[in-house]
Amino acid sequence: MKKYILQSIRLTLVLMVLLCILYPLTLAFAGKFSKGEGSGEKVTKNGKTVGYALIGQSFTNPEYFWGRPSAVGYNAAGSGGSNKGPSNPDYLQQVSDRVDTLLKYHPYLKKSQIPSDMVTASGSGLDPNISLEGAKIQIKRVAEYRKLDKKQVEKLVEENTEKPLLGLFGPSALNVLKLNLALDELKR
Amino acid sequence: MNTELLGIIASFAITLVIAVPLGKYLANVFAGEKTWTDFLKPFESIIYKLSGINPKEQMTWKQHLKAMLTINSVWLVYGFFVLMYQDKLPLNPDGNAGMSPDLSFNTIISFVVNCNLQHYSGESGLTYFTQQFVIMFLHFTSAATGIAAAVVFFKAFRDKTTTTLGNFWEFFVKSITRLLLPLSLIVGLILAFNGTPTSYEGKDQFISLQGDTVNVSRGPAAGMIAVKHLGTNGGGWFGVNSAHPLENPSYLTNMVEVISQMIIPIAMVLAFGYFIRKRKFAWTIFGVMTIGMFMLLIPTIMSELGGNPAIEKLGISQTIGAMEGKEVRFGPAASAYWSTVTTIISTGSVNSMHDSGMPLSGLWQLLGMMINSFYGGCGVGILNYFIYLIIAVFISGLMVGRTPEFLGHKVEAREVKIAAIITLLSPLLILAGTAIASFVFGSYGDADWAVKPANWLNNPSFHGFSEMLYEMTSSNANNGSGFEGLGDNNIFWNISTGIVLFLGRFLPIIGPIAIAGLLGAKKYIPASAGTLKTDTKTFALMTFAVILVLNALSYFPALALGPLAEYFTMIGLRE
Repeated sequence: MKKYILQSIRLTLVLMVLLCILYPLTLAFAGKFSKGEGSGEKVTKNGKTVGYALIGQSFTNPEYFWGRPSAVGYNAAGSGGSNKGPSNPDYLQQVSDRVDTLLKYHPYLKKSQIPSDMVTASGSGLDPNISLEGAKIQIKRVAEYRKLDKKQVEKLVEENTEKPLLGLFGPSALNVLKLNLALDELKR
Repeated sequence: MNTELLGIIASFAITLVIAVPLGKYLANVFAGEKTWTDFLKPFESIIYKLSGINPKEQMTWKQHLKAMLTINSVWLVYGFFVLMYQDKLPLNPDGNAGMSPDLSFNTIISFVVNCNLQHYSGESGLTYFTQQFVIMFLHFTSAATGIAAAVVFFKAFRDKTTTTLGNFWEFFVKSITRLLLPLSLIVGLILAFNGTPTSYEGKDQFISLQGDTVNVSRGPAAGMIAVKHLGTNGGGWFGVNSAHPLENPSYLTNMVEVISQMIIPIAMVLAFGYFIRKRKFAWTIFGVMTIGMFMLLIPTIMSELGGNPAIEKLGISQTIGAMEGKEVRFGPAASAYWSTVTTIISTGSVNSMHDSGMPLSGLWQLLGMMINSFYGGCGVGILNYFIYLIIAVFISGLMVGRTPEFLGHKVEAREVKIAAIITLLSPLLILAGTAIASFVFGSYGDADWAVKPANWLNNPSFHGFSEMLYEMTSSNANNGSGFEGLGDNNIFWNISTGIVLFLGRFLPIIGPIAIAGLLGAKKYIPASAGTLKTDTKTFALMTFAVILVLNALSYFPALALGPLAEYFTMIGLRE
C-alpha cells in the first residue's frame, strides 16, 4: 500500500510538469501565430478596439442591426442562457413581449415573418450571430433610420452572410458586429 | 439536402473513419505490440523511472483496483485543498475567490470521477492555476483511469486462463502518452487557430460600438477544451461550456469537438475485439450501441427542428427550429446531435442549454444517461456494457437451460450477484436522490442555505421536477451536463451529488473488474455445440432487450412525472 502511495504522488508530480506546464505552454506559443495572437481576435474601428470578433454585443439603437436577446445582457465577464423550460408561462410571456417590441419598431412585419432566433435568448448570452431571416426583417428599419437606400443595406447583408462550412455543412449566419461596422463605414 | 443535416451525417462519418483505425492502434498499444508511436518509449521510461514504477510488474485484479483507488485518493485530497485556497495561489489575474468547502468537495469529486458536473462558472469560480493544475490535469488523468480500467478488463479475456493482468501504471501512462496527449495537441491547435484563446492574459475591457463598457473573460482555454472532449470529461473553461463563442467559435470547431468526444469510446469497443482476437463480437457490440444511439438521436433532432409548440401558438415562424438556449452558428440540428452524443457518452459538455430544449429531447437525454453505455464514457462505457452482457448471458442461459458462459468462462452465482448489485445501484442513486431532493424542496423550502430549496427551480411544474431528476441522473452517470436552471451551488446539492458521483464512478468500475478478474481466473472451456454464442445477432438482440427492459422498469415512473408529463401538456396546446 505504501508503495502505491509513493508511486502515486511521484507520478502525479511528473505528469503535472508534462500536462499542466509543457502542454499548455506549447499551445500558448503556437497561439501567438493565430489571428488574435492567442488572446482573442479583436475588432477595431479607427484604431480603437470596439469588440471581439466572436463575442456578440448589445445593440438597441434603431440605426443598428440588433442581435439576439441575451439572458446576461451581453456581459462577457460571464456567460449564460435563460435556462427557461419550453412550457414556462413567465418565459412565454417574455417571448410575447419581445414580439411586441419587434413589431413596434418594424410595423411593416407580420408575426409569422419573425424568425425564432430574434425572440429567444441564446445559449451563451454572447451569440455574435443572427440568422439570415433575422437580418432581412431589419433591413427596412435600418435603411429608414439611416436614410439609406434599402438596396444598399440589402447588398451589405448579402456581403456579410457567412455561408455554411464549405458550402455544405451547417447553417448560414451573420455576424452582427461586423455587419454594423460595415454600416458605419457606409455612412462616411 | 439540408446543410444542417448534412453536417451531422458528415460528423458521424468522420468519427467512424477515425475511430476504426484508432481501435486497432489502441489494441496494439496496450497489447505491447509494435506501433508507429514506439518512438515514445524512452520518454515513457523517464516517467516510470522518476515515479519509481516498474511497468513490467504484473498485477492481479485486486492490485489493479488498489493502485487505481490510491492515485485517485491522492488527487481528491490535493484538489480539495487547492480549490479552497486558490485565491492565495499564483495565476489569478481576475482576482477570483477560493471555493467554499462544500463546493470544493463537489468539484474535486466531480473532476476526479470524470463527471465534470460544475456548480460554479469558470469565469469567476476558478483561477488559471486551478483551471490547469486541477481541472485540466484531471481531464487527462481521470480519462486515463477509465481507459486503464477497461484494458484490465480486456486483459482478463485475452488468454485462456490468467490471473496476471498487466501493470496498471503502464496502461495509465500509455493512455496519456500514446493517446490523449497527442490527440489533444492536434485538437488544441485547431481550436487555437480558429479563435479559442491560449494566452494567460486576464479579463479585457473595451467600449462597444454602441458605447457600452464591456469586460471579456479569457484565458488559456484551448488545451483544456481539447482534452475535455477527447477524455469525455466535458467540464468547460467558461460557464456555458461549448456554447461560449470563445470555447466553440464556429461550425468547424463544433464538428471537431463533437467528433473528438466520440472517437475514443468507439475505438475502445473495437479495440476490445482486436485485443481478445474476437473482432466479430466487438462489431456486434458496436452494432447494438449504434442502433441505440440512432433511436435516441432521430427523435431528438425531430423535436428540436419542429420548434416549440407554445411559441408556434404565439404565431412566430419557426422554420429554423427551436432556438431558446441555442447558438445561431450551430443551429438546432447540430445542437440536437451534440445533446445526444454528450449524454450517451458521458461527456456532458453542451453547445446548447438542455434546460431549454423540448420536453422529448430531455426525455432522450435522460434515457441516454440512464443507459450510459451506448458507447459510454472513455473506457467505462464498455465496462458498463459488460454488466448488461453478464445479465444477458445469465438470462439467456436460464431460458435455454444451459450453464451460462462468457468467452469460455462459467458465469456463476458470485459474478451474477455483483452484476445485479451494480445494475440496481443506478436506479437506487438516481431515484432515491431525486426523491430526497423533492422532499427537501417540498418540506424544507425555507432552509437557510446558499440557495433556499424554495428557490432551487428555475421552472415550475413538471419541468422543475425534471431539473432535479436530470441533476441526479447526470451525477450517477458521471455525465456532468445539467438542466442548469437548477440552483445547485448550496450544501444540499454539493454534498448529495458529491456522494452520488463518487459511488456512481467507483462501484461500476470495481464491479466489472472484479467479475472479469474472477472469470479470467477460471478454467477455460472450449466452445462446443452447447455453447451460447455471444457474437450472433440473436444474442445482440437479447442484450438490447435486457438494456431496454431494465431501464424501462427502473425509470419509467420518474420519466413519466417529468418530461413525459410536460410533453403531453404541451401537445394539448396544439389543438
